[in-house]
Amino acid sequence: MRNTQRAEKIAFFFLFLATLLIVVPVGLIFVIIIQKGLPAINWQFISDIPRQGMRAGGIYPAIVGTVYLVIGAIIFALPIGLMAAIYLSEYAKDNLLTRVIKLAIVNLAGVPSVVYGLFGLALFVIFFKFGASILSGALTLGIMILPIIITSSREALESVPYSFREVSFSLGASKWQTIRHIVLPNAIPGILTGTILGLGRAAGETAPILFTVAAFYLPQLPHSLFDQAMALPYHLYVISTQVPNVDEKIRYGTALVLLVMVLFMNLVAIVIRYQFRKKKKW
Amino acid sequence: MRKIKEFIIEKLILICGLASIFFVILIFLFLLKEGLALFKTVNPAKFIFGKNWYPISEPGQFGILPLILGSLLVTLGAAIISIPIGVGCAVYIAEVAPLKIKEILKAGIELLAAIPSVVLGFIGMVTLVPWVKNIFNLPTGLTALSGSIMLAFMAMPTIVSIAEDALYSVPKTYKEGALALGATHWQTIYRVMLPAASSGILAAVMLGIGRVIGETMAVMMITGNAALIPHSILQPVRTLTATIAAEMGEAVVGSEHYFALFAVGIVLFVLSFMINVTADLFLHKDKR
Repeated sequence: MRNTQRAEKIAFFFLFLATLLIVVPVGLIFVIIIQKGLPAINWQFISDIPRQGMRAGGIYPAIVGTVYLVIGAIIFALPIGLMAAIYLSEYAKDNLLTRVIKLAIVNLAGVPSVVYGLFGLALFVIFFKFGASILSGALTLGIMILPIIITSSREALESVPYSFREVSFSLGASKWQTIRHIVLPNAIPGILTGTILGLGRAAGETAPILFTVAAFYLPQLPHSLFDQAMALPYHLYVISTQVPNVDEKIRYGTALVLLVMVLFMNLVAIVIRYQFRKKKKW
Repeated sequence: MRKIKEFIIEKLILICGLASIFFVILIFLFLLKEGLALFKTVNPAKFIFGKNWYPISEPGQFGILPLILGSLLVTLGAAIISIPIGVGCAVYIAEVAPLKIKEILKAGIELLAAIPSVVLGFIGMVTLVPWVKNIFNLPTGLTALSGSIMLAFMAMPTIVSIAEDALYSVPKTYKEGALALGATHWQTIYRVMLPAASSGILAAVMLGIGRVIGETMAVMMITGNAALIPHSILQPVRTLTATIAAEMGEAVVGSEHYFALFAVGIVLFVLSFMINVTADLFLHKDKR
């Protein structure tokens, strides 16, 4: 008896150790970036263009570029993703087609990000002749975040109780009216969560924008959808590997701004989900 | 009038439902369109098994064996590190941790998943790489080992969250039955919960590995990018993904080099397709 209890203690200790091995390094990553990045952050860093070959000045064009890309991606992905989710949760029958659609979504989520970059280059930049531009990059990122939006919107739609739909049908509403006025409003927090997670993913990805939009050094703001633009993740890659003698402070500061942008979106998503679960009426 | 409007909307919804199939096929077609052009001049067997990747020499040599081995080595290292830690953490979160800590841990894992890979690569460059260099007394810390460690952290969130789901979906009655027979909590986990959740955990591991194979930026920043057949984990290597990311910028559109990079993309696409389909089969089996 004593042996089994000792075995349990030892086993639980190792499980705890495994958890620590994940939690502690993650904590360290945050501490290091915040500690070393914070001194670089000031108004000039956020609002100025890069100067002296990115060794001084700010990161404003990179922030703006990322914001444009993310907005473009979501404008493309949200309508398609949401409608795909409505199809899967409200219309799809349990048949081969549905199975294939689900498999396609799983695969779309698993395609390596750099392969999205190749695809964007071949289709948007070269085939459609959009060139390396915000449009090409946003469309590439949009396809990449599609599975995130479909999966989370579908979960949100499916979590609306079936009885809600039955009541609506029994009052004479059509299927689309039911979806539009009953199911969608109740699923909005979940859809919002998925959308924000998609935004965060799009903001942080580098490989898909490498050949579709990213400009190495472009100290001005883009004027149209067909302009190249700087982007925050690519800028961090460039100043940490391609440009020698960049002040450590600028690198850490850029990493911090990117991290804060992405984590802020994720935190908002987590909070919305948490609030929603607390308030849920069913 | 309303009937027509609804008809149009419902057709639109159907079309969007099919969009993911359309995009997967589109991606594959465009990779094929650009990538297969390479095999007009290069023998496919030489492409896969060729030992030399010198794309810009004259004539270019396009053997991706060093890149495949580089990817495999880094992935293997990451798997060895991340599987025990990830599954252990999943068991801890699902079974052992008190409720409050559980929620915090889950949020923490989610945040780890959200860190952009270029930020992880940057942190790896400034912390891990110098450590590896000093500990093993190497000329450079940009090695397969550094890549493996950093990639393990990218695989862990996937492994933890899917494995935890699998453990959570084991019917409560299994656990109660084992406990009622006098098994300790650990015996129940080890003998009942883990076997019952095994196919879900396997799927978690596979998806984690899929994430590692496809990872690009962090790998490119910390593995050293030497396209040579690796002999040890303490050498610089270059992966399939990093090759595309590093060289596509310079490849001339329509050149052999350009086609070769797309051919590498086909290899990656097929690899990830196989991993995802297999993982999905395991997950599906679990749900039946």
